[in-house]
Amino acid sequence: MVIAGIAVITLFALLGLVLVLMERRVAAWIQIRLGPNRVGPGGMLQSLADTLKLLVKEGMTPDGADKFLFNLAPFIAMMVAMLLMAPIAFASDFQLWNLNIGVLYVTAISSLMVISILMAGWASNNKYSLMGAMRSGAQIVSYELSAGLSIMSIVVLSGSLNLNEIILSQADGWWIFKGHIPVVIAFIIFIIAVTAETNRAPFDLAEAESELTAGFHTEYSGMKFALFFLAEYINVFIVCAIGATLFLGGWMPFHIGHWQAFNHVMDFIPSSIWFFGKTFFLIFLIMWFRWTFPRLRIDQLLDLEWKYLLPISMFNVLLITLMAILGWHF
Amino acid sequence: MGASSMIVLIIAALTFSSIAIVVSKFVTKATSNPQKGQPYECGIPTTGKTWAQLNVGYYLFALIFLIFDVELVFLFPWAVVVKKVGWMALVEIVIFFFILFMGFLYAHKKGALKWV
Repeated sequence: MVIAGIAVITLFALLGLVLVLMERRVAAWIQIRLGPNRVGPGGMLQSLADTLKLLVKEGMTPDGADKFLFNLAPFIAMMVAMLLMAPIAFASDFQLWNLNIGVLYVTAISSLMVISILMAGWASNNKYSLMGAMRSGAQIVSYELSAGLSIMSIVVLSGSLNLNEIILSQADGWWIFKGHIPVVIAFIIFIIAVTAETNRAPFDLAEAESELTAGFHTEYSGMKFALFFLAEYINVFIVCAIGATLFLGGWMPFHIGHWQAFNHVMDFIPSSIWFFGKTFFLIFLIMWFRWTFPRLRIDQLLDLEWKYLLPISMFNVLLITLMAILGWHF
Repeated sequence: MGASSMIVLIIAALTFSSIAIVVSKFVTKATSNPQKGQPYECGIPTTGKTWAQLNVGYYLFALIFLIFDVELVFLFPWAVVVKKVGWMALVEIVIFFFILFMGFLYAHKKGALKWV
């Protein structure tokens, strides 16, 4: 029990450090510059140095802020991010909680994130924070719908809410290949929706630097800010892990139907490498979006969800149901 | 590990965050001056109350979301048994989505989805 707790904390901190470094390296790579390369070999220790810097900064609470809620918000953000680690299958034999309603658990817990953001924005006694929090509230709840509907299409196809069983149902090919075009549409909608749900650019209205300085965490400093930052990156990792699990087969190696020899060769690559490879590929995609698309305005953002993504994903679920009943997937 | 993993994870999150904050309390040097606690608004003193009236749109979208979120919860048990139930499941979900879509169209017609 204690070992599992320590293992998760270690993984958590390690992922945070790796993802922050990766974000900066990807940004540098896309903008044709070097990025962090001075601290440690190839800039590997840059995020550790940043953490140390944040550790010695004073964590202050502004006058007139609601002190209790202001200090509680980062704890809730961390708790949500940590709880989401439970049902994820990191490898064929490593899963903290093999839960039979894993998909429902993930959808339920991930929607608690908005509470910490609203709490932080409301308690800060700052207009920028409040605006950012309200925006992100409207945004996260809206995009949750199409994310939920595209997740639902995989549940229809695999007939299970258990994340491990969903992975096992992809033993003869990942859903994105088995499910033809409707599943590809569901996958694209899923990626758009989770980018919005984790407040990443081009949907980073909650912390739009050029309008709101930093949005809901304007008043946070030192370790409290670091906790928000860490939780945000862990959330990106988790939504990508869920995407990889549902659409790209999780830890399942790349298998083609009944090609025994080919499948056997693929099985030699350890399952955790498959899982992390797919997840980091999706994370890379989301980081790529940030430097490709300009930020949306709030009315455009809500139009995109309510007038395009939601009707499309509702229709898509019907299509996939028809496909599942007729058995049109492999 | 079962359901106890939730408790372990909550405790892990709380310990991790508290240790981080407590350690930083010890290693930092707190200073104070009258300007420091002011809310940050680009340097000028703030005017008016922070908790001002906000656009009604934020709340409207939250209300519409509630309807659809309940629908999503109904879909979960349905999605698991689609393959067993067969055609009846498709008929049911078409009726369900039709009623839902009528509500959606009503909200659209009333202008609830327009940002003002």
